[in-house]
Amino acid sequence: MKIVITVIGQDQIGIVAKVSRKLADLKVNILDISQTLMQTNFTMILMGEIKTDTPNLAQIQTELKALGTEIGVVIRVQRSEVFDAIQKL
Amino acid sequence: MEEKQILETIQMVSEENLDIRTITMGISLLDCIDPNAEAAARKIYDKITHYAKNLVPVAKAIEMEYGIPIVNKRISVTPIAIVAGASDVTDDTIFAKTLDRAATELGVDIIGGFSALVHKGYTKGDHRLIQSIPQALNETSRVCSSVNIGATRSGINMDAVQEMGRVIKQLAEIDPVKCMNLVVFANAVEDNPFMAGAFHGVGEADCVINMGVSGPGVVKHALTKIKGAPFDVVSETIKKTAFKVTRMGQFVGTLAAQRLHVPFGIVDLSLAPTPARGDSVAEILEAMGLESVGAAGTTAALALLNDAVKKGGVMACEHVGGLSGAFIPVSEDSGMIQAVTNQHLNIEKLEAMTAVCSVGLDMIAVPGNTPAAVISGMIADEAAIGVINNKPTAVRVIPATGKDVGDDINFGGIFGHAPVMAVNTSSPAEFIARGGRIPAPIHSFKN
Repeated sequence: MKIVITVIGQDQIGIVAKVSRKLADLKVNILDISQTLMQTNFTMILMGEIKTDTPNLAQIQTELKALGTEIGVVIRVQRSEVFDAIQKL
Repeated sequence: MEEKQILETIQMVSEENLDIRTITMGISLLDCIDPNAEAAARKIYDKITHYAKNLVPVAKAIEMEYGIPIVNKRISVTPIAIVAGASDVTDDTIFAKTLDRAATELGVDIIGGFSALVHKGYTKGDHRLIQSIPQALNETSRVCSSVNIGATRSGINMDAVQEMGRVIKQLAEIDPVKCMNLVVFANAVEDNPFMAGAFHGVGEADCVINMGVSGPGVVKHALTKIKGAPFDVVSETIKKTAFKVTRMGQFVGTLAAQRLHVPFGIVDLSLAPTPARGDSVAEILEAMGLESVGAAGTTAALALLNDAVKKGGVMACEHVGGLSGAFIPVSEDSGMIQAVTNQHLNIEKLEAMTAVCSVGLDMIAVPGNTPAAVISGMIADEAAIGVINNKPTAVRVIPATGKDVGDDINFGGIFGHAPVMAVNTSSPAEFIARGGRIPAPIHSFKN
């Protein structure tokens, strides 16, 4: 299952490290990563892959959301197909 | 990885209120007909709770996995007047209660189909259902009712128009808020996923999934970026936006249909507003350059919007259906409410607007002392617009019992509140009392 993780919020030291460590703990493989600053907002998009047969997406969402709250950013986790469905012919 | 597109999609959902307004499972009840009313009710309950048992869990799982809000999970059923026609009862409330119980058990928000199709004439079952509407809606909380009183191919059943004016008044006297669960249609469609008018037509499959998307906020946001541009650009911008919005409906509908093992029916291309700020059809029209919805130019702006939404949406999905157009319910649209409060928008202008968009006089509060004949007159006018122009139209008015122009009536939640609007007080009573049927219009010599 491929997922898109978006992290949006105030820039600070260690966001990438904290998010990627959490993803490693959750056994999410990072396929691609990009980051940018939009105005003062830190914006990071990660493409991840979960290889287990029965991925627990709800748990991954909950843990990343909690991490987001802890470091003051908003972290969303969504399955990737939705973006292609909406944006591509 | 297309970063810009990912961020745009997230913004559409989180800041511009893009959502799936409804996932509606249509279920045929034709095989539940039974001369014994209790047996029929039992079959209805069993069939609905069996077919739709996974509807809410599947919708919630899709919401969670893809981050797309699905606001309403609904069911539509075969018009109950047809199903109940053979049963040995004097009142159809038992069937409304059965629908309500099934909806409650399943956790669906609304169930539609306590309906009768009388555009050409009444059966015994139609009479009984219509007479049961006030009590049935009063004794249930999730049931929606609709009555089709006219069609382009058969004309307008003025006996039914007269009766529905009285039924709406009766219901309002019990509880005006219940009137939002009752709509009178002309040219009702068989695959409408939106309430209060949804029912599962007899030409439909046994079970089907229909989707209603939303997204006025997304369209408005796109238009604010092209201030002052000519209408060619306005139309193109709306088309592109409607395409994306509709794709989401197609995507979620396909997924839901697969997981529920039922065929995917249609996507309804309607822009459905909510009272949330920024989720308003009125604000789209104002973004086109009108000081307020209701200003001269409003009908033209709405016509363009409605047409462009369809053009953009048609290519985005396999099958289009339902009502497909912009909704203009007053109480569910903060921009409409404001325009009425500021006296920029009246019922006559709304009626003109209904000639170029979907549905009709929707969620409009009128003074509590409005006579039944006046409500029938409003229904007749709307039906005429629909029947002549070959499009669905509807009336969902709320006589605000005990209230008058300047007062306000609150419906709660996504249904909002409505300022009581003035109606023309001259009487159509003699006109309505004639009864009979206005013949179907000629379809040649169009002018």
